[in-house]
Amino acid sequence: MSKIKYAIYTGCTPRESTPELLMSTLAVCKKLDIEVVLLDEATCCGASHLQDFDEFLSLVLNARNICYAERLGLDLITLCNTCQLNTAFTKERLDNDSELKAKVNEKLAEVGLEYKGTSKVKHFVYALKDDVGYDVIKEKVEKPLSQFNVASFYGCHNIRPSKLQNISNKTENPYKPTSLDDLVVALGGKAVEYQRKNSCCGFHVDLQAPETAHKLTGNILLDAIDNNADCVITPCPLCHLNMDVKQSHVSKTMGRDVSIPVLHMQQLLGLALGIDPKELGIDKNVTKVTMV
Amino acid sequence: MLKECSLNSVCDKMEITFKVFRFNAETDYLPYYQDFTLEVSEDEVVLDILNRIKWDFDGSFSYRRSCRHGICGSCAIKVNSKAVLACKERVIDLYKIFGSNMTIEPQSKSRVVKDMIIDKKDFWSKYDSVKPYLVSEIDENPATEHLVSPEQYEELHEADTCIQCGCCYYSCPAVEVNENYTGPAALAKAYRFNFDPRDDAKHERLDIVNKLGSGIWDCVKCFECAEACPKGVDPIHKITALHTQTFKEGKAKSNVATRHAVFFKTSINQHGLLDEGLLVAYSEGLGVVKHIPEAISMLKKGKIVMPWNMPKSKNLAEVKKLVKISSTAKF
Repeated sequence: MSKIKYAIYTGCTPRESTPELLMSTLAVCKKLDIEVVLLDEATCCGASHLQDFDEFLSLVLNARNICYAERLGLDLITLCNTCQLNTAFTKERLDNDSELKAKVNEKLAEVGLEYKGTSKVKHFVYALKDDVGYDVIKEKVEKPLSQFNVASFYGCHNIRPSKLQNISNKTENPYKPTSLDDLVVALGGKAVEYQRKNSCCGFHVDLQAPETAHKLTGNILLDAIDNNADCVITPCPLCHLNMDVKQSHVSKTMGRDVSIPVLHMQQLLGLALGIDPKELGIDKNVTKVTMV
Repeated sequence: MLKECSLNSVCDKMEITFKVFRFNAETDYLPYYQDFTLEVSEDEVVLDILNRIKWDFDGSFSYRRSCRHGICGSCAIKVNSKAVLACKERVIDLYKIFGSNMTIEPQSKSRVVKDMIIDKKDFWSKYDSVKPYLVSEIDENPATEHLVSPEQYEELHEADTCIQCGCCYYSCPAVEVNENYTGPAALAKAYRFNFDPRDDAKHERLDIVNKLGSGIWDCVKCFECAEACPKGVDPIHKITALHTQTFKEGKAKSNVATRHAVFFKTSINQHGLLDEGLLVAYSEGLGVVKHIPEAISMLKKGKIVMPWNMPKSKNLAEVKKLVKISSTAKF
């Protein structure tokens, strides 16, 4: 099999508030022998907020990001659920609306670019699941997670809307997602069954409606805790910010202690693959990761 | 012989255990669940199961149903937390997702009157709040028809097909934790009339749906409503369209939510990437002080980038040019 090579679109968060996500992704790729090109030209995806203000601009900017992956002839891999949503949404719109594509390309032509639609857009989880394969990953596990109950949290923008997301994640059902749980099992851990694994953390209203966000995050963490989870994992840095950084605020809102380690999916994978926790940026998580 | 169903095969029958929520607000102190194991055929919908439970096992089992053709919206319930229109949803499709154990519950357990029947008072009062009707000066003796072109009709993007079943509303996590939030159904209805060329109450409706705490800015962007809608209304895209309409019509007030949306453009123009720290400061204004404890804990862990270290996208001149020539909105 030829070596897997990806164009990784980091988005903003892994270069700012979740540096451990970029560190752990790169460390995991190295260990799994995946070749990586970082799309340093790419901009912010607009995070579904620019889209509330200026939708056309957001399409042009996201199309530009995809152009750079197309130039390399590689699939674009996202590390953030919301980047995945906005990038995949742009691709789907342009691939199915030639008039819109022409309008966007008219702008891109001014800077010498053209959106063609030749690169796939998918989240890192599904790259691991469908391209690398969990069976291959399972063989490379050095430190099985046999002592741990892991609550997989999926977030919204990687599983909904399913019609869009199923283009890249194939069979994931938003009402019963399994990709992260299956990964946990492949790593030798116990996948915790809990109801709120596919619910919303409220990140997108953190500023204007903090109580909503705190309650939604709190409900998830408490559901995981009440089902004996030792830690939570997530594929999304925005969910991670809410669940890891805001635990003291959330505890106050919920009237209950919500302390539990929250790891990026890549961090947990890295630990099982025997990568040094430092290389995975474990010390950068705000809530101490006690299991290491 | 009948062929048993497996998750991937065509079949004639399935054996399914339904765990059914029971509660009578008048007589019961707590709700309870009753199990029914039934042989279900491929062509049965969830409403058939509700009927069989009522007709064959317990006549007191209560649920709403009327048209059984997916148009009255009265039989909406939840199966394994998935919102379904009981008369439209085939059991076999649920079986393919969930396997042979299904929990049948009302749309909202906290609003139950009896079994599957809930009090939809909040749904209807929010629906009423957005002026869910056409507001227009009508000439009583018009000389010509008031035509809506097919292109103008297309602009409604199915918003007029809503049957008020409440699938989206009772799947919305923002509704679950914020009782003031107007919710996806009513907001989609506001869109339906705000994008109708005959309507004259656009601005009034924008004033209603644009309020912080209850309106479009309190949508958490989870796409549960898009997933739940049995009629393809896709409420979240209607909510997004109301956001952009609010700016376009000059109805957006400067507040934490609007500044938050607009700052993305400012930051992309400056760095390509989002300046996360400045985003919070700019959006919050003086309110930024409440984020200080959080900021300190992040700073200690190396999670805050100082302004002088702000990363920038490569080929930034290109980004600036695209922002300049592609912008379509003003604030």
